[in-house]
Amino acid sequence: MLNALMGLPPVVVGLIVYIFLSRSGPFGALGLLFTPTAMIIAQVIIIVPLIASIAHQSLRELWAEYHDLLISMNVTQMQKMRTLLWDARRALLTAALAGFGRGIGEVGAIMIVGGNIDNATRVLTTAIALETGKGEFALALALGFILIALALGVNLLIHWIGQTERDSRW
Amino acid sequence: MVMELFPLTLTRAETSRRGKRLVGPVDLHLDGQGLCVVMGPNGAGKTTLLRLMHGTARLTGGSVKWACDTDEARHHQAFVFQRPVVLRRTVEENLTYPLRLRGVARKAAKSAAHKWAERVGLQPHLTRRAMVLSGGEQQKLAIARALITEPALVFLDEPTASLDGRAMREIEAILLQAKADGTRLILSTHDMGQARRIADDVVFILGGMVHETGPAKSFFDAPQTPEARAFLKGDIVE
Ligand SMILES: Nc1ncnc2c1ncn2[C@@H]1O[C@H](COP(=O)(O)OP(=O)(O)O)[C@@H](O)[C@H]1O
Ligand SMILES: [Mg+2]
Repeated sequence: MLNALMGLPPVVVGLIVYIFLSRSGPFGALGLLFTPTAMIIAQVIIIVPLIASIAHQSLRELWAEYHDLLISMNVTQMQKMRTLLWDARRALLTAALAGFGRGIGEVGAIMIVGGNIDNATRVLTTAIALETGKGEFALALALGFILIALALGVNLLIHWIGQTERDSRW
Repeated sequence: MVMELFPLTLTRAETSRRGKRLVGPVDLHLDGQGLCVVMGPNGAGKTTLLRLMHGTARLTGGSVKWACDTDEARHHQAFVFQRPVVLRRTVEENLTYPLRLRGVARKAAKSAAHKWAERVGLQPHLTRRAMVLSGGEQQKLAIARALITEPALVFLDEPTASLDGRAMREIEAILLQAKADGTRLILSTHDMGQARRIADDVVFILGGMVHETGPAKSFFDAPQTPEARAFLKGDIVE
């Protein structure tokens, strides 16, 4: 289920959210289409499966490691959860950053449900797409650099966390 | 006061998995002091038998009875695994973990951790991450973490099987010290030399069945069953 959601192309997610939110769709009455809320909904649908699957994977690995000990110590469900979440905290942070990294690079879905309205639903990526379309390459490029810097920053952070994790096999 | 767990009585105890019997039926009565060695070749069922006694393998027939209530008995036991399980924390945090779970205050837990690290020779490593320790050090850590709650009984499943001779001797010394302090130990091994060195009592297991039980001396000097004689002669290797 998570994997199926993760495999969905973001554009398709955007399209589906669009259909649901459009005036004739099931949630059309809420009037959410072309609002930041709509963009958030689309982003959540795109990002959450990614974060959840990375988090799930790392918690499962940790549980496999700890299983025998924790069972033997007869820990409560609560103690087990606290131990796993605490000892997997780096992996969980990495998952969140990976989600953020994917989110800030997203264009298609955001454009569809947000409408790329100036001062309302225009974000870095959609602005780049627009400026490029208008032939304003210089501005597009400048915005592109900001985006690259952001994405790079997130990736460096992930890399750095992963590094300390591998060094010490926390 | 140490909780009195013994005698331990297994009555036609067995555990099966998907219809295949792994161990049993076992009839066993243990009330000896000190260190009991469960000995047998690889695949004999040592791990399963220890887990069955501890209560972490499913009992599919018969019974396992302690001198007190089973849950109470479990609370006064600890289990050390063949492959040491260490938490992704520092040595000190590994040691305080079981105490903190039991509600011991941070400061008291910390001072106990220091005491036990010293006893097993890990005090230079207290602030290091447990994962970077050698196999022998990790196993010593696991043993100290098992002993830190002052259990009445500790199970050790082939604790030195993958370690070199030196680490093995060091761990045997730690265990003998624990025994001298009044902790009962049930240790499994396929290593006859180790059993001769440290066993007070021997439970000989082969093919999931207990073939012989008794004081170590009489077991090694005058084994009663043909299986035990064959094992001691070295005819049963795997
Ligand atoms: N989880 C399991 N599923 C199926 N068979 C198992 C399982 N655990 C152990 N066995 C089998 O039970 C027998 C006894 O295993 P074990 O108790 O690990 O022996 P030992 O510790 O003496 O080497 C072996 O034949 C092993 O293959
Ligand atoms: Mg085993």
